[in-house]
Amino acid sequence: MEKGLFTKHISQQFNEELENVRQKVLTMGGLVEEQIEQALESLSTLDSDLSKEVIERDQKVNTYEVNIDEECTRILAKRQPAAGDLRLVVAIIKTITDLERVGDEAEKIARMANHIALSMDNSLPSKKQFGAVMNLGNHVKSMINQALDAFARLDVDAALRVAQMEKTADKEYDAITRQLITYMMEDPRSISPALDVLWSARSLERIGDHARNICEYVIYLVEGKDVRHVSLKEMQALASSSENADN
Amino acid sequence: MSTNVELDLTKEDSNDGINFEALQNEKIAIEVENLNLFYGDKQALHDISLKIPEKKVTAFIGPSGCGKSTLLRCFNRMNDLVDIARVDGAINLNGENIYGKGVNVADLRRNVGMVFQKPNPFPKSIYENVAYGLRLQGINKRSVLDEVVEWALKGAALWDEVKDRLDDNALGMSGGQQQRLVIARSIAVQPEVLLLDEPASALDPISTLKIEELIHELKEQYTIVIVTHNMQQAARVSDYTAFMFMGDMVEFDKTDTIFTNPRKKKTEDYITGRYG
Repeated sequence: MEKGLFTKHISQQFNEELENVRQKVLTMGGLVEEQIEQALESLSTLDSDLSKEVIERDQKVNTYEVNIDEECTRILAKRQPAAGDLRLVVAIIKTITDLERVGDEAEKIARMANHIALSMDNSLPSKKQFGAVMNLGNHVKSMINQALDAFARLDVDAALRVAQMEKTADKEYDAITRQLITYMMEDPRSISPALDVLWSARSLERIGDHARNICEYVIYLVEGKDVRHVSLKEMQALASSSENADN
Repeated sequence: MSTNVELDLTKEDSNDGINFEALQNEKIAIEVENLNLFYGDKQALHDISLKIPEKKVTAFIGPSGCGKSTLLRCFNRMNDLVDIARVDGAINLNGENIYGKGVNVADLRRNVGMVFQKPNPFPKSIYENVAYGLRLQGINKRSVLDEVVEWALKGAALWDEVKDRLDDNALGMSGGQQQRLVIARSIAVQPEVLLLDEPASALDPISTLKIEELIHELKEQYTIVIVTHNMQQAARVSDYTAFMFMGDMVEFDKTDTIFTNPRKKKTEDYITGRYG
């Protein structure tokens, strides 16, 4: 699909509506990225003020979801978009659902951070135990960032790269789980904080899944191919087969 | 047309689909008060009350024979030309009843322009078509006419296509161009209101989109009322929509509301293609 395709309608107003809603998705994405960043920060510093800010700001993410949904409904009802326009609207409706869930996960992480901060005692897993969690966090944050980039630039290759990154996220999550189990077996007093850390890691792993979903919508948007529920290899094959067909 | 008994309006709820609150931030250009219209013994419009906002696009939609064109024609008294038509009630344009005594119908029709379904340019040059209304008013000075013709053709998004052949016969233009020419002719006399009766139904899809885009631009300066069978067109071009059925005004609201969440089942059935 050509770039700038959404702004070549005879109806100037339709151009504006599509561009406007696309921009809103990117703004919402930016906000969600920031939420992940701040949630991670609050987890590493155990700053309960910061975590509260993240928790409160989730409402803003939710409002974006509702507004964008409403706008998409209006476009569907009034414009009957077809082909690429239709796929754009459908992809947006799905993307914002995932973004909103990412926001929820960030909020959960902030809650865990707050919980750990409040129940802080010497039995707390030391900071180095957060190290692996931070790694995972930065990894999935970058996935979301790149997925949004792929969406903004309609870039299938970038989308595929992000989908590949999900494997690493899964592996890191497994490693964190094993590590935390060890701690919990060593010292039962660490169970409660370790569980908080585990839940945070779980949230991060979910964020990676959502990033992959967004990439699937980008591929659907650009290529018109539904690549959900298939393996990474099949996904790559599907996405590139149409590129060959174009040539 | 087959009509279901259950679709009949019961009189007691006949007004709850009319949401004039949607207009609270608008200036009202035309106000229709308890308008009834009869063709002989047959009543075509039943007690219509309606407000048309200024410099917005209001669309009338509804199945064939619902009275939408009849109502539109009331706004510049085109129904006067039908012998058996009789009107009671009032239509106020800028606070003055156009059916009142002493109203000059020619002035009214200059102020309330109309464009019909089939483009009807005169068998004259493009230039003379647009200048026609001004000549009728006794304006013949070439420099004035030149200026107005260019302005009107630009306003109708036609200037670039015809500026080099203004003396060609208008009948040689394409249907879409003819319709835009007719719109140029209407705006040349600087009306306040433009009535469009199915302005795009005889045109191809691309010309239709061009007319729709033109309507969107024209509403900066004119109050526009459009009748259309094509409800997607109403959805695309209008700010407010009125749904009519069998001579009754069933629902009036913002177009966004009508097409995403109408109040009346009858409206929903119509816009979703369940009857009509």
